[in-house]
Amino acid sequence: MQGGLQVVLEAQMDEVGEGDRQAALESAQAVIERRVDFLGVSEPVVQTSRLGDSYRVVVELPGVEDPAQALSLIGQTAQLDFREGDNLDQRTGLTGKDLTRASVDFDQTTGKPQIALQFSSEGAKKFAEITARNVGKPLAIFLDNSLLTAPIVQGEILGGQAVITGTFALQEAQQIVAQLNAGALPTPIVVLEQRQIGPTLGEEALRKSVAAGLLGLGLVVFFMVGNYGRLGLLATLALLVYALLTLAVYKIIPVTLTLSGIAGFILSVGMAVDANILIFERIKEERRWGKDLATALELGFGRAWDSIRDANLATLATVFILFNPLDWSFLVTSGVVRGFALTLGVGVLLSLFTGVVVTRTLVRAFYRK
Amino acid sequence: MINFMKYKLIYFLISLSVIGPGVFFLLTSGLKPSIDFTGGTLWEIRGEKEVESGTLKEVFAAQDLAAEVQSSGEKQFLIKTVPLEESQHVLLAEKLAEKAGEIEEIRYETLGPRLGAELLRKALLAVVLATAVILLYVAYRFKNLAYGAAAILAMLHDTLVLLGVFAILGFLFGVEVDTLFVTAVLTTLSFSVHDTIVVFDRIREIHRKTELSYEVVANQATEETLVRSLNNSLTIIFMLVALLILGGESLRTFTGALLVGTVTGTFSSTFNAVPLLAVWEKFSRQRSLRGILRLR
Repeated sequence: MQGGLQVVLEAQMDEVGEGDRQAALESAQAVIERRVDFLGVSEPVVQTSRLGDSYRVVVELPGVEDPAQALSLIGQTAQLDFREGDNLDQRTGLTGKDLTRASVDFDQTTGKPQIALQFSSEGAKKFAEITARNVGKPLAIFLDNSLLTAPIVQGEILGGQAVITGTFALQEAQQIVAQLNAGALPTPIVVLEQRQIGPTLGEEALRKSVAAGLLGLGLVVFFMVGNYGRLGLLATLALLVYALLTLAVYKIIPVTLTLSGIAGFILSVGMAVDANILIFERIKEERRWGKDLATALELGFGRAWDSIRDANLATLATVFILFNPLDWSFLVTSGVVRGFALTLGVGVLLSLFTGVVVTRTLVRAFYRK
Repeated sequence: MINFMKYKLIYFLISLSVIGPGVFFLLTSGLKPSIDFTGGTLWEIRGEKEVESGTLKEVFAAQDLAAEVQSSGEKQFLIKTVPLEESQHVLLAEKLAEKAGEIEEIRYETLGPRLGAELLRKALLAVVLATAVILLYVAYRFKNLAYGAAAILAMLHDTLVLLGVFAILGFLFGVEVDTLFVTAVLTTLSFSVHDTIVVFDRIREIHRKTELSYEVVANQATEETLVRSLNNSLTIIFMLVALLILGGESLRTFTGALLVGTVTGTFSSTFNAVPLLAVWEKFSRQRSLRGILRLR
């Protein structure tokens, strides 16, 4: 909500073989993640998605200071090169172009993860020369001009196959491999979609939404108390519990609150009292049919439940389609739509709990003649 | 008891009076798609100096770019143009700053045309999928296809009302439909069926207890659920109206669509779905009577 940048990037796979594309996409993601870390954004999102022949990386950077700079940084094609020398600052002329691919491998005897490198024939020649003159010294691998790893050369390596051993955790090895492959399978990146929101709009919108939420809430409370008297007051209490629970859930699952997400939340407050209205109307009816108060109260909660369940299941089905949790590429994966679906879905589930369980407890405890 | 079912024709006429003009505009002028569906750039800036929107338009014309520039506040402009490359974005920002003084970017969105077409396809699919799921669910819950069909017709009604109203708004005020509009349509569908299920539940409940004719049952169910349906819609409408008034420009179309959807959804559940069910029952009963006569 503090403003920020959202971009959908497409990795151009024309130069990459069919079988290597998924790996190349993951590499592009790993490289972008690394660059994003460098920007120091608090809650960045870097996700991949694939639709047919289109390989994409979605990047969300809330609160980024300079979106133009961020974008130019993210959009670069990865540069991988090998360096030597005492300060590890002399370029060897061996670059990502010479690397065919990197993969995670396991040491035959110890079973520990290690990193296997495969060079092209020209790369193999260069690599043999470089390793020959650097035995016992570190050979540094740089990605985008920052050090990735600097293994010590154990001996001259002929034939273009090498392994980097060390005490890697599997995950660490996988990450380095992805970054090495970003240099080996360089994929130029184009921007498909770019949305950025200045901090002013973010703040302004937040302030306005809070005002709108409070006004709406006031009207709902007024209406419920006016219509159902003391029961309405208890429903209001349940509504407060609902609001607090919702905010707590937003803390636990980090929801990036978009404008549409806030709209979803505000809407769900209006819907949260629905269960109460169903129940209270039912109670009124049961009273009209001559039941005493205690019976009417219990029957009201019991009999309204069927309608409440059926009606909310229909809403949840829609939420499922909008949120698209399984990332089906044939459905919308837009962040705006998801934000709305998430807050609406959380709202429906929580309001089922507060509207039925919390209100019933409150009514049993406080609603006596 | 009020005889709600007696006025069936009036309800259908009310619906037609909204859907008719809506469909007319839908077919003649159509909906105005936003850049979400067509591709393009939406750029809102605030400058330091007073400047005419025409002056800013020339900045784009100088780069051979067609652009639409509207004032959207004090020293504030909303620009719509073709999809831009980041290098063009940076260059244009500099050129704009020469005219308007240091500019603040309030928002900047750019989408390629390919993505727009893709989104449109996905959006339509989502609507079809939601409709199918709800039809199956209602048919399953009520073990009766008539209920499912009536619920779907009511949903179709709501979709037509929403699309029609926005075709009219697009024609009159240039209101555009975007991804969030599709979200609003889907949400409306789920609201609509929510209300429909509540009435149908009640019809089924009364049916089980009594041997009354369908019309009487429908009347009783309508009377019993109308207050709750109105009350519930009112609380939602309160929240939406508050958002519409105080929620700011960028959410206005979305909130407006949800508001129209809530009103039509409430209306269609009680005054379309239930009477439709009544008509259906009447016809199927007549058919079966005729069948009996033939047998004899």
